[in-house]
Amino acid sequence: MDNQGKPDEGATAATKLITQNQVIALLGEVASSRSLAMAPIAQQYKVPMISPSSTNPKVTEIGDYIFRVCFIDPFQGMVMAKFARETLKAKNVAILRDVKSDYSMGLADFFVDTFKKMGGAIAVEQSYSSGDVDFKAQITAIRAKKPDAVFVPGYYTEVGLIARQAKELSLNVPLMGGDGWDSPKLTEIGEAAVVGSYFSNHYTHEDKSANVQKFIADFKAAYGVIPDGLAAMGYDAALVLIDAIKRAGTTESKALRDAIAATKDFQAVTGKISLNEKRDAVKSAVVLKVEKDGFKYQTTVQP
Amino acid sequence: MLEFIQHLVNGLSLGSIYALIALGYTMVFGILQLINFAHGEVYMIGAFIGYYFARWIGFNQDPSLWALLSTLSVSMIGCALIGFLIERLAYRPLRKSPRINILITAVGVSLFLQFSGQLVFGSDPKFFPQVFQPSGDWSIGELKINPLQVSVFVISLVLMAILQFVIFRTRLGRAMRAVSFSHDHASLMGIPTNKIISATFMLGSALAGAGGVLVGLVYPKIEPLMGTMPGLKAFVAAVLGGIGNVTGAVVGALFLGLAESLVVGYWAPTFRDALAFAILILVLLFKPTGLFGTNRTEKV
Repeated sequence: MDNQGKPDEGATAATKLITQNQVIALLGEVASSRSLAMAPIAQQYKVPMISPSSTNPKVTEIGDYIFRVCFIDPFQGMVMAKFARETLKAKNVAILRDVKSDYSMGLADFFVDTFKKMGGAIAVEQSYSSGDVDFKAQITAIRAKKPDAVFVPGYYTEVGLIARQAKELSLNVPLMGGDGWDSPKLTEIGEAAVVGSYFSNHYTHEDKSANVQKFIADFKAAYGVIPDGLAAMGYDAALVLIDAIKRAGTTESKALRDAIAATKDFQAVTGKISLNEKRDAVKSAVVLKVEKDGFKYQTTVQP
Repeated sequence: MLEFIQHLVNGLSLGSIYALIALGYTMVFGILQLINFAHGEVYMIGAFIGYYFARWIGFNQDPSLWALLSTLSVSMIGCALIGFLIERLAYRPLRKSPRINILITAVGVSLFLQFSGQLVFGSDPKFFPQVFQPSGDWSIGELKINPLQVSVFVISLVLMAILQFVIFRTRLGRAMRAVSFSHDHASLMGIPTNKIISATFMLGSALAGAGGVLVGLVYPKIEPLMGTMPGLKAFVAAVLGGIGNVTGAVVGALFLGLAESLVVGYWAPTFRDALAFAILILVLLFKPTGLFGTNRTEKV
């Protein structure tokens, strides 16, 4: 089925798969907007649905047949707070968040909560709106408070410019962010200024674990390229489903649903997956460091 | 104190770019009483002309002042042409229509250019090649002044000075001023009104094109919708200075740049975009002619 990247086509495809093809479960969708269109249909027909990478918290709130194998947006705020406190040993962190984006606001809120609980202090909170190009006033205000690091949970387009302007104003502390940074454009726009910054992500192909390396080798053999995070999470969604079918011993919808919900400490490519009562995956995130020649694996943060 | 001075430096550099765009608004308004809402899009196209030209020549490998000047000139010439076409195709046929028709057309041209831009250039942001990279950085203690910002500021001032010279010291400028007083009287005196109006559009658009390239240098992320907000803010700056007045546009733009930096730095960053429009409302309520608006003799 191809939903052409449109939410309404996603809903049509889901209906067709369930009523005509009588599928036992749905794996999908990648994007939150399209998962949100499909989920009510899966819920209505009581067909379990597992999304590989829809991180919007609302997706699994639709009903008890909807699951995901990725963490939700705000979790990354917690990950980066732990990283800042434990690895960077930062005491005093400034926040620069995008007020126009739920994603950025959620990450920043969770970061502040966790960081304060761990004994850190928030030096100053500043904000911008996505689409802005001038951040010098915010950076000047942040610089005056002399923070150890700055948490910028935005998207790569703004972050690249923020990093440049921070360097211009000699704010020489690490910047931190979430998976919204994950794009080659980050280094293209930010150039040398983003080097030395950190962000959280779902997976890294540098992970040395045997199962990860085997997946990468198999994927390369089949498609000729190194799998990105989305490919790995799609694979994991299927693994979780297969594992649940094995444990349930049946594909009857209620039993299968319960088996998926009971997934615990399942070793997948993107980490150990446990599903919580909200049907969201509780799993580790990786922290990557931006370097001249790409994003380098730094550490894994457990939930 | 130091933080305050840094905010002033940031604000002036932002304001000088608003000024380049505001000048085009104010010139066109002065001569046609038309608010050319497509002006912000001309600025966007200027940035993209600079982007494609610089990449085509390969200036990003070999940044120099010469590279910057030639990118600027190409972009200014390209935008002058675009400005000419916009006036010729969209506004001139409506010259005798009620003003509201032309205003709505201006909004239409603006949307047309924004979305054609998305079609032609693609909607993902592009990285503007760094055609000019002055070395070193000037700092007085903690106060950082980026030489690039200073260069942009100086180039803006030079362009504005040239404009001032054209308007007040040349035959073209005299004709423009005459047309701005009265189209009919000017044409009775033998001034080719249509040509002068075209020239005004071309001059204003060239400045917007220069603004696009300079912004690309300082904030190297360009996209087809980048013209909307700066365009509206430059419009506010022009109204603040007294629309139709060249000096007023520059003063208004610098004021707006400073005000934005201070509001973001000391009060509420989210209020940044609202500030410009709050100023617009206040000006319209209390001094609709703007700061310099009463001085009719300087009108272009």
